[in-house]
Amino acid sequence: MSVGLVLVSHSRRLAEGVAELAEQMAPGVRIVPTGGTADGGTGTDFESVSAALEEAETGSGVVLVYDLGSAHMTAELAVEALDDPSGAVVADGPLVEGAVAAAVAAQGDRDKDAVARAAADAVGTDTRQAATSDPESQQPGVVREEIVLDNEVGLHARPAALLSRSLTGMQARVTVALGDKEADASSVLGVMGLGAQKGDRIALRATGPDAVQAVQRITELADNNFDA
Amino acid sequence: MGGCSTRDVIAAVRAGSEAVTEHRDELVRLDREIGDADHGENMERGFRAAVSQVESAPSETPGAVLKLVATTLISSVGGASGPLYGTAFLRAASAVGDVTELDGTAVAAALQAGMEGVTARGKAVVGDKTMIDALSPAVDAAKSAAGSGHGPSGVLAAAAEAAHTGARNTEELVARKGRASYLGERSAGHVDPGARSTALLLGTFAETTGVRR
Repeated sequence: MSVGLVLVSHSRRLAEGVAELAEQMAPGVRIVPTGGTADGGTGTDFESVSAALEEAETGSGVVLVYDLGSAHMTAELAVEALDDPSGAVVADGPLVEGAVAAAVAAQGDRDKDAVARAAADAVGTDTRQAATSDPESQQPGVVREEIVLDNEVGLHARPAALLSRSLTGMQARVTVALGDKEADASSVLGVMGLGAQKGDRIALRATGPDAVQAVQRITELADNNFDA
Repeated sequence: MGGCSTRDVIAAVRAGSEAVTEHRDELVRLDREIGDADHGENMERGFRAAVSQVESAPSETPGAVLKLVATTLISSVGGASGPLYGTAFLRAASAVGDVTELDGTAVAAALQAGMEGVTARGKAVVGDKTMIDALSPAVDAAKSAAGSGHGPSGVLAAAAEAAHTGARNTEELVARKGRASYLGERSAGHVDPGARSTALLLGTFAETTGVRR
């Protein structure tokens, strides 16, 4: 069973809404929203967060994503109060993007630390304008490849997650570009944010000791239509 | 010089609760200016619950009372003050251990541990416009008072005075932590509600222990 998620918000409705979004992307992941105080006001309630932690525990650990300051503190306290605090981790990251990124990572059977990292890395994953004149492009050691996407959904959630995951453990910095938009290949949300669809041509650019291997892996994935 | 007994600590918690209730509107007003206007309500609810807990369950030691206050605040306060004050009381409880009476040095050590707990939980430093701006000078003053031989009431009086000054000085600061930090420059010109409640509680604790003598 994949890692479970707890979404801690000041507002129950906000937590439930985010859970709804994240479940769409990762239907197999146990996602437990919790929010509001015991008397129905806005805030966070230690007891409800503790109960949510218990409910989300699948045996593979739990990652908590929160919205604002005191939700963070309540989440940390609830983790510290567990019999085994190492079974859960509070992820720093924006609630909406972080929850979606974490859910996708959990769906891909990443362990809880990797899931928490996915949430944290969801900060600033907005696709950026690719630099028009990139000095690095003149340098040796930059590996480039262009791929035409043949799979049905393009770089949507699962293919994006597979692409990002294929780089795990590699010493390479890889970017994926579509037109003038560019994203860090290690960021699931960044890659998804490109909105690359079937038939689109994406450009890979890699640097680092494992650059060639990294580009090769992504090319193989695409050749297999991300059917890993 | 008498130490601070379990009964004294319970009396201080009760007086703290009364003070928070009395100043509820002030805390609400401060928090409305730069936060989410729930500090007065949260503190009142938390401390009322804490009083009812410590009065219904007999505690053997000052540390046990502090621990009960901590867990009650954590489970009954929805805002940031729950985890923050809760952690402060929890660390203070650990610092005093299971002695039956606190001397001045123990009170200063409890305050110091409480502040370290708040820092660990909230990651704020002096100047961020938070309760740390009241607590940090209070700890320094408490340690210095304990060092020159003051008992619990002298230590708390020194801490309270420093906390009041520290809280007042948050007015000019721009918030860098907590909900007020979203306001940026607009947070200046208002006293931080958390610093205010910290000063209020320490002032009350000092009065309670002082009155006895």
